[in-house]
Amino acid sequence: MKKNSNHSIEEVVLPDGTIRRVKKNVSYNKWGYIFLIPFFVIFIIFQLIPLGQTIYYSFFEYYFKLGLTQVGPNFVGFENFVKLLTGEMFWKYLGNTLVIWIMGAIPQFIFALLFAVWFTDARLKLKFQGFFKAIVYMPNLIMATAFGYLFFMLLGMTGPISVLLQQLGIISETFSFRESAVWVRIVIAFINVLMWTGNTCILLMSGIMGIDESIFESARIDGSGSFRTFRSMTMPLLMPIFVYVFITSMIGGIQLFDAAQIYTQTMGGPQASSYTIIMYLSSLINGSRNYGVSGALSVILFIITGILSILVFKTLIPSKNIAKQEKRIHTKRDIWLRLNNSCYAEGALYESRTSSSK
Amino acid sequence: MNQELVVVSRKNGHKSSKVTLNVYRIICYAVLLIMVFLCLFPFYIMLVNCTRANSDIQKSFSLWFGTNLSNNLRNLFKNKNYPIASATLNSAWLALVCATLTVYFSALTAYATHIYNFKGKKFVSTFIIAIMMIPTQVSALGLILMLYDIQAKTGIRLMDTFIPLVLPSICAPITYFYLKQYMDSVLPTEVIEAARVDGSSEFGIFHKMVLPMIKPALAVQFIFAFVNSWNNYFLPSMILSSKSNYTLPILIASLKASDPSTFDFGQIYCLMTIAVLPLIVVYFIFSKSIIKGLTSGAVKG
Repeated sequence: MKKNSNHSIEEVVLPDGTIRRVKKNVSYNKWGYIFLIPFFVIFIIFQLIPLGQTIYYSFFEYYFKLGLTQVGPNFVGFENFVKLLTGEMFWKYLGNTLVIWIMGAIPQFIFALLFAVWFTDARLKLKFQGFFKAIVYMPNLIMATAFGYLFFMLLGMTGPISVLLQQLGIISETFSFRESAVWVRIVIAFINVLMWTGNTCILLMSGIMGIDESIFESARIDGSGSFRTFRSMTMPLLMPIFVYVFITSMIGGIQLFDAAQIYTQTMGGPQASSYTIIMYLSSLINGSRNYGVSGALSVILFIITGILSILVFKTLIPSKNIAKQEKRIHTKRDIWLRLNNSCYAEGALYESRTSSSK
Repeated sequence: MNQELVVVSRKNGHKSSKVTLNVYRIICYAVLLIMVFLCLFPFYIMLVNCTRANSDIQKSFSLWFGTNLSNNLRNLFKNKNYPIASATLNSAWLALVCATLTVYFSALTAYATHIYNFKGKKFVSTFIIAIMMIPTQVSALGLILMLYDIQAKTGIRLMDTFIPLVLPSICAPITYFYLKQYMDSVLPTEVIEAARVDGSSEFGIFHKMVLPMIKPALAVQFIFAFVNSWNNYFLPSMILSSKSNYTLPILIASLKASDPSTFDFGQIYCLMTIAVLPLIVVYFIFSKSIIKGLTSGAVKG
């Protein structure tokens, strides 16, 4: 509260008059700008200008014929966008990406929610919580490329897991995890589940811990069972955070690259059924060096993530609906505020999701 | 009063509810153990196969360690196809430098918006949060074109160097956000003002007071920044092209399993272990404070 006022310096007890204090205040505050310089200089050079360049070249015909002879840049207006959006590839790869994300997100959210509820259930009092949390969170820190390659090795025709399953008679000797379109998707989704369940669980858990303990207590006294408490208490109160985590997971899902790229050895699996949208972007930039079309693709991705981000911000702002809901469940006035606070803090946990593409 | 009620309800609780609670508990443990198994098993197999000879790995599946570890490692480091030593070094120092820059400058930025009241402060904080969600992939093309442009105009070669990977780590909105959150809860304005009265300079206050005060948050963020850089693949794979500049993710991506006869699986498993194990070890040493920081940080905020 104090730091929001312009007179925070007044808190310092100085024997001098007001004028001197104001002077001091102003001279200190210029340091705010000075300390911000590095961040914004780097932001402008390495993010803003490149973003501008990307948008600029998305309106140009600019590529290398056979990777050698330069064509363009010639201004072509929206032609790159039209080419992309009317072509098959963009929609197919976007579809692949979404399907793989959904295949991973469903089990990921079910497990994460279950674990979060179990870990915070005062009646359940699970032991070895620290151990479970640590293990389940661990894969999040593992290099996605290594994850992809490890599964590529383990599930090859002569890979250890394939051999084990063959010996157990579960799969036939001719079955290959790498050559079945469905299984390639399943494996990539599975890698995502392993990598992100722990992270999601911790986010949801801190959301549940932000809910006033007394609600659960009174529910318990009322004789409400675990499932009922979850359905009519935990879930409605957790909803904003759940939506937030869900959308950020979607933003992360669109960026799916490392594991898919490596597991399918850049080919995207049988009939490119697991070729993701970022793999497409990467091949346009690195492989065919089609800067115009890859620019357009980047812009489209920017718009998609932009829309999703706006949705995230909407969930961070309390709406009237939820305030009503809160009254209905007879909870204290500050519960929403608390939830909202923890929601903000969780933005911090969002980090691994954005900065390391899966 | 609430507590009394709980006690009463517990006393009156039926035995059957205790039984259901126990069954419920068993289900929880079972599901959790399955998850633990799924998380650990692939890496366990990786570790086992590190210690086995190529011929054994291709012949059969084993749950127990072999004796070929030193052999595999020796062959791996001798193998000229895999620049493992330089890739590990590159990854390590790159991650170290990036994490240091990220943490230091994010703290500086967070401190600027935490303590000073300047015009446009609110805009700055909102702006940084708004750019948080822009994926690096969407500006990758522009960055590469810019680097080529710089080379064409000034002759300064930035492609295939570490500069375009190191410098951007100064601008880390998410680390900023976390540290800002932490400062809000532990760093009162009064302390800073007291230090000013004592005559410390603004930089002096930041270095000698603020950084030590937010050490726990810095440590957690350092680990995350380190992990991010160590695991980063997309941008490095576009910028670094010569073998001597490879980082571990690029090296792993460059492996091709085309010809099993010349492909030594023992070496490959060792390589992956080198890429993965250091982080796992560090993580388990600090896992308690990491998980605690992740969960309680959110609630405290």
